[in-house]
Amino acid sequence: MPSLQVLLFILLGIGAIATSVATITRRNPVASAMNLVAHFFMLFGLYLTLQAQFVAIVQILVYAGAIMVLVIFVIMLLNLGKEQSLDEKFSPYKVLGMIMASAFVVMMMSMILGKPSGYTQLSDKALANGTTESIGNVLFTQYLFPFEIISLLLLAALIGAVVLANRTAVK
Amino acid sequence: MGMDFLTSAPIVLISFLSVLCIVVDALTPKSERITFYFAGFSMLAAMLMAAFTMPNTGTAFNGMITTGGVATFFDILFCMGGLLTLFAARPYILRENVEHDEFYTLILYAVAGMMVIAHAHNLLITFIGIEIMSVSFYVLAGYFRSNTKSVESALKYFLLGAFATGFLVFGMSFLYGSTGTLDYTVMANNIQSGMINFPMLLSVGTGLLIVGLSFKMAAFPFHQWVPDVYEGAPTVVTGFMSTAGKAASVSALMPIAYAIIGESGHQVAGLLAIIAAGTMLVGNISAVVQQNIKRMLAYSSVAHAGYILMGFVANNEKGMTGIVYYVTAYLFMQLGAFVLVSLIERNIDKQLELRDYAGLSKKHPVIAALMAFFMFSLAGIPPMAGFFGKYYLFIAAIESGYTWLTIVAVISSMISVYFYIGLVVQMYFKDAEGEGIDAHQPGLAGLTLTVATFFVIALGIMPSTVEQIARSFFK
Repeated sequence: MPSLQVLLFILLGIGAIATSVATITRRNPVASAMNLVAHFFMLFGLYLTLQAQFVAIVQILVYAGAIMVLVIFVIMLLNLGKEQSLDEKFSPYKVLGMIMASAFVVMMMSMILGKPSGYTQLSDKALANGTTESIGNVLFTQYLFPFEIISLLLLAALIGAVVLANRTAVK
Repeated sequence: MGMDFLTSAPIVLISFLSVLCIVVDALTPKSERITFYFAGFSMLAAMLMAAFTMPNTGTAFNGMITTGGVATFFDILFCMGGLLTLFAARPYILRENVEHDEFYTLILYAVAGMMVIAHAHNLLITFIGIEIMSVSFYVLAGYFRSNTKSVESALKYFLLGAFATGFLVFGMSFLYGSTGTLDYTVMANNIQSGMINFPMLLSVGTGLLIVGLSFKMAAFPFHQWVPDVYEGAPTVVTGFMSTAGKAASVSALMPIAYAIIGESGHQVAGLLAIIAAGTMLVGNISAVVQQNIKRMLAYSSVAHAGYILMGFVANNEKGMTGIVYYVTAYLFMQLGAFVLVSLIERNIDKQLELRDYAGLSKKHPVIAALMAFFMFSLAGIPPMAGFFGKYYLFIAAIESGYTWLTIVAVISSMISVYFYIGLVVQMYFKDAEGEGIDAHQPGLAGLTLTVATFFVIALGIMPSTVEQIARSFFK
């Protein structure tokens, strides 16, 4: 009988694969996007079983929260509801993509099958690295300066967006 | 931590004031244009702080940034560039009837980003600084939103800039993977003592980093975006981008060249030499055939990036001193030339052809004289500032054994004389077709021109003053 952790890992892994396959096979873009959201939640669970709480939370907040909202907005604005606008055509690029993808799969498989790491348990240090506490610690001590200065970058981008999108500014 | 704030005062101050600038903008009435004065005051204050903290060399915030030394010198340069742009921009955007407070705010942000780059002691900080500067530039380039050329310029700059940033970050991640650190000092130590994984990764990373920075610096073969972007952007913004922006990219390469390239020897120097030679030749030869003065000055700015790169090829005390001197001289002469162009320009993109300048000396003797003055300096004719900049860089390259590069540089300088003097000939020895052109009253831009002229003369007459200050940073 496998432990609960392994059981969860297998279940979430199957879920992740199933939802990602569904993402690329659905003809309806909105259904595709929704499957991608489900996929992100599966990944969230996987990260949690690996004790990486911070990455898990960021996964939900950033990807499922912010980026997917953007994707849905784009689908809405482009009015991609009809599937015929996405009719597939054969192109040499697809063959190239397939070759690339299979090369990647071969590489991954040879890495996984060829050289088991032998570790069944993460070291304490590795476990401590994933917590929000340890990330917060370095963020406010060692990386304080970049953490603060990046706010200037965000502000500059915000002002820029206002300048470029402001309706009244047009002559 | 308290000491850190004191020693890194210029950058802390300008960051604080940039954020405050938005609050000031929101709280004061639009008609007063308080932001203009506030941005000017901020840069002036940061400039003074930089002058005060110049002797305190060291690092702050856990080795994230350097303080004092050449970083503060660049601070002063960037603030000076920002102030001169601010003064020249006010009458310009008023004329075009598109004055908004955000313009001044964005110039302040660009200057803050440049200062972050100059102070960076860590690849992460360099990256953030470059992004702050670039984002401000993208928006400033597209500031004339109803003008298609300006929009085209912004979009081109944004897309290609994002592409170049990809190279930059990719190179940084390779360097991190190879040396295990982002800190310049630790990285240099690790490379020197051979504590690196996958030496191949280090070479690839350095190469990608050079590609990214070449783009930002507008060096061959990543210079194709320059003419279109510089032509479409508002003229004063172009002046700012091509001077202070280029100086900032140079200041980004400086610690990297010292820490990484210095250790890996002649291979990278050879690569930089080829880039430098190509940049000088392509820039100057392309400039010869341009009919639009903004495109001509854009290609000339490409060529000047080549001269600056010669200092990195030498990569020694003399080379670095030459770079600092040249960047200083170049800032004033190129900015001056662009401000003059903005005075003659009409309705955003009229009266920019070279033939429009025919007979300018009769109608506007002062503007023509100043233009000729800046052209002579850009061409490197003594006793203007441009001459000594080239002199220092050429000497540095010869002494480090790159005589062929110096020969290429001299040849391309001679080519450049053709189009710089060509403009002078247009203004003085050709007659205008019909009425001739009217120039605008300079207004505040007159201040910019006065300061720029003063520094070009002062740097030319007393080059050793700045040269000695610059030399003291690299002892």
